[in-house]
Amino acid sequence: MTATSSTKESAEELDERLVRRSLVRGAMSRPELGAVVGALAVFVFFSVVADSFLETSSLSTVLYASSTIGIMAVPVALLMIGGEFDLSTGVMVTSSALVSSMFSYQMTANVWVGIGVSLLVTLAIGVFNGVMLSRTKLPSFIITLGTFLMLTGLNLGLTKQISGTVSTKSISDMEGFPAAQKVFASQLTLFDVDFQVTILWWFGLVAVATWVLLRTRAGNWIFAVGGGSDAARAVGVPVARTKIGLYMGVALAAWISGQHLLFNYDVVQSGEGVGNELIYIAAAVIGGCLLTGGYGSAVGAAVGAFIFGMTSKGIVYAQWEPDWFKFFLGAMLLLATLLNAWIRKRAEAS
Amino acid sequence: MTAALLAAGCSSTGGKKAAERESGAGGGKGVDTPRMDIAMVSHSGDGDTFWDIVQSGAKQAAVKDNVRLDYSHDEAGPQQAQLVQTAIDKKVDGLVVTLAKPDAVGPAVRKAVEAGIPVVTINSGAEHSAKLGALSHIGQDEKIAGEAVGAELNARGHEKALCLIHEQGNVSLDERCAGVADTFDGEVDNLNVDGTNMPDVESSVTAKLQSDEDVDTVVALGAPFAATAAKAADATGSEAEINTFDLNAKVVAGLKDGTIGFAVDQQPYLQGYEAVDALWLHAYNANELGGGRPVLTGPAIVTEKDVPRLEKYTGRGTR
Repeated sequence: MTATSSTKESAEELDERLVRRSLVRGAMSRPELGAVVGALAVFVFFSVVADSFLETSSLSTVLYASSTIGIMAVPVALLMIGGEFDLSTGVMVTSSALVSSMFSYQMTANVWVGIGVSLLVTLAIGVFNGVMLSRTKLPSFIITLGTFLMLTGLNLGLTKQISGTVSTKSISDMEGFPAAQKVFASQLTLFDVDFQVTILWWFGLVAVATWVLLRTRAGNWIFAVGGGSDAARAVGVPVARTKIGLYMGVALAAWISGQHLLFNYDVVQSGEGVGNELIYIAAAVIGGCLLTGGYGSAVGAAVGAFIFGMTSKGIVYAQWEPDWFKFFLGAMLLLATLLNAWIRKRAEAS
Repeated sequence: MTAALLAAGCSSTGGKKAAERESGAGGGKGVDTPRMDIAMVSHSGDGDTFWDIVQSGAKQAAVKDNVRLDYSHDEAGPQQAQLVQTAIDKKVDGLVVTLAKPDAVGPAVRKAVEAGIPVVTINSGAEHSAKLGALSHIGQDEKIAGEAVGAELNARGHEKALCLIHEQGNVSLDERCAGVADTFDGEVDNLNVDGTNMPDVESSVTAKLQSDEDVDTVVALGAPFAATAAKAADATGSEAEINTFDLNAKVVAGLKDGTIGFAVDQQPYLQGYEAVDALWLHAYNANELGGGRPVLTGPAIVTEKDVPRLEKYTGRGTR
């Protein structure tokens, strides 16, 4: 009796082990694995060196910081999987916020009208990037660098022309503002801690992007155009349409971030956003996207944004010498990415 | 149909219409002296609220004094020096320049002086101004302004201050924090944040306040960051009082509703206006302002009491 049960158990154990191994192998081949391990390492590190890092209120702050990066990093990752760059993302967020704010104010319109106009304008910028790219066949680096500079100038020039100053007027007393603020910049209380609504937007975008990448035809197209656009075109993938779509995805996220910027602070400084584009790209790369395209994941980019958020706030929680902030940030990110690359190499070897 | 949609999309509160109902900034009739060309070159970055106000002041004086004002700016020292050089090449009748990066810009300023162009320095670089041969310096001594803040913090009974540096490596911001630390009896911690990324400013201040509960006052070094710091303090439930350098409409609103304790005003409008006017006076009447010493436009501590007086000026962007 006992003998049979023990053999049965051992047989089950064997099965379980088999299952587990394939799970492990499955996990090992995922692009976000390295980033997840890197994130764990950063998390454990700051839990040890920073006293207040583990409190739920701190978690909320870290998640907020991560979400403002992550909302953009996710579509930027998709774009990079599709083999292209976008350097205009940082200022596009500001453009989107400015359009929304100034349209509502100048037309004395309900703020939702401004939000709608802003969505159209921002998507148009995305379409412009995508169409220019497919028509001219120039590197996206150059095209979007042009857009970046033009938008930086437009943000300043138009704001100054229309508002008379370099920041917009407050729209917090206008109709529709409270509702829009609920959607884009409110706090949700969970276990007595306030969490920013951007975290939900972020998670939502990750879910949608992952679904598109892994479960739809468009997802296959994205991997195909990133892997080699000529080969993709030869097998019938609509390359131009896919890339324009990807740029529109980035624009959509820029619109969400822009509306958050506007409704969180109710005035927008026109010079903001410069330099953020590199942070979004960095988050995607930390999360396992290749700079050459064809490889990466939305979850990875989200984890990359989380690593960035944890590191930049963790340094503050740890109360390190502020003059060295950028150095620590750079060093931590490099370490997290090295760990990521090392694990991936291991995984590929096994 | 469209009309109905448009009507439905209107806001009956706020917006431009409300502002137009209560606005009314005036112009003025100018002098009849011959037209002058004045170049103004600052170290401002793109889209800086503060420099916007300086520029408004300079423009106002230009209108009054029959001056054609040519404003340019670059935050990088060598590029700012090149802008000064282009002004020399254009043989302007006067030059207004900032000396935030005296090592880079100084030689170009000296060249301007040697070329016979009257120079007035503004805002920063008081100690270099006369040495380079400028007529006058108009600005605020950042150290003195910081010291005034430290003294005010003492008077308000604070014990630990957080100095919020929104641009790492900017000398005048460091001087402000150093000034605060000199006169403030309590402890001062500095925090570097990325000034072009507002959510980052907010989450960094939140993180700092969460990790250090002794902080009972935050000193923002620029007006746009004060409101964000106030938001962060509010979210963490911190009792820290938010104070700031410089003014804008939101800071004045914050002073009014009590979310901001006090602000230090250095009157940027005055710096732009006086500089252009001083050059005009020099051309018209050979006047020299300041007697070889800097003319100070600040610091002036602004509190809730001053709000009624200042509100309409910050609203139109001149204070």
